[in-house]
Amino acid sequence: MPEDYLPILIYFLIAVGFALAGIATSHLLSFLFVRRRAAKDKLIPYESGMLPQGPARRRFHVQFYLVAVLFILFDIEIVFLFPWAVVFRELQILGLIEMGLFILVLFLGLIYVWKKGALEWE
Amino acid sequence: MPPFENLPTDLVLQGIFLLVAGLIVVAAVAVVTLRNIFHSALALILCFSAVAGLYILLEAPFVAAVQVLIYVGAISVLILFAVMLTERVMDPKMGARNEQWWLGLLLTAIAATGLGAIVGFAPWPLSKAPIINDQITALGKEFLTTYVLPFEVASLLLLMALLGAIIIAREKEGG
Amino acid sequence: MSGVPLSWYLTLATVLFAIGLYGTLSRKNAVGILMGIELMLNAVNINLIAFWRFITPHLLTGQIFAVFVITVAASEVAIGLALILAIYRQKKTIDIEEIDLLKG
Repeated sequence: MPEDYLPILIYFLIAVGFALAGIATSHLLSFLFVRRRAAKDKLIPYESGMLPQGPARRRFHVQFYLVAVLFILFDIEIVFLFPWAVVFRELQILGLIEMGLFILVLFLGLIYVWKKGALEWE
Repeated sequence: MPPFENLPTDLVLQGIFLLVAGLIVVAAVAVVTLRNIFHSALALILCFSAVAGLYILLEAPFVAAVQVLIYVGAISVLILFAVMLTERVMDPKMGARNEQWWLGLLLTAIAATGLGAIVGFAPWPLSKAPIINDQITALGKEFLTTYVLPFEVASLLLLMALLGAIIIAREKEGG
Repeated sequence: MSGVPLSWYLTLATVLFAIGLYGTLSRKNAVGILMGIELMLNAVNINLIAFWRFITPHLLTGQIFAVFVITVAASEVAIGLALILAIYRQKKTIDIEEIDLLKG
């Protein structure tokens, strides 16, 4: 029933409102009270902090993408595991065999990728 | 629902629908028009989340959960990584539209007109049957009995996608 | 019965599909094209669930179909983005106007 999810909607609206109100208040306060003076220190990313090295828009390592692909695979596996787990007792051994086959296929893929060395962080 | 008993339910549902639909359309327009592709990807996440809200409104909580898990949780992450892996793309100076965008707009207008005509004129055989209770249990049974072949083929498809994606995306040749 | 009529959902899905189609046809960036395809797939899923809810609420075919569509979409994104990364490594660009190896 959609009514049960009303708190989530309210929560979402509060979260968005909180974020927007924070930004708006900060802008308003700085508009009202801050005297703007040009200072070189204000322009560095971390004031009074470490100086960042190199450009911020660096190319990420492709290893991140490979991990994300593995993640998507097991994410989908969970989606199929969940309804199976709910009816596990009713389907008994047949359901176990079917799900075993499903997991075996994905597991073979994981082993292959592992053996290929795609999981090693270079 | 004791706390909401006195509300005109239809009106409230329609209002929520309009809110969610507006969010979807605004986010989708942002996805296709923003110049910075990274901002497009963030708008895409908002659009996916709003579609999950629509599924809850349609009383399909399992599909809503799947939408959040796979679209919001995994596909968005993949797209964000791909954007960050192709550095020149993050350059906002690269234009959003290609040379043939007006042709695309024309085709879109034609397709939208056709689809709109179908939506407007086709007679839909609406059913008054009650919604199936205990959807998760029924879904589990259907997946493992009637739809067991697509279910197993899905695992093969995922295997192929995993192997293909990893072999294509790796930097080492043949490794 | 739900207070929102079927035609509202179908109209929303049509609009979303059109936006996705426009994005697919007009984007210069290959990742942007994939995003357009995702929007269209979402529109299709909205239709599937809406038809399930209003036309065959006693069966679950629509929901199961939607879950399979999402599965296939995830595989498609994984492969599509891997191809884009491979092209990027070869040509140092993913601007589709510069990827014209097949042009005579």
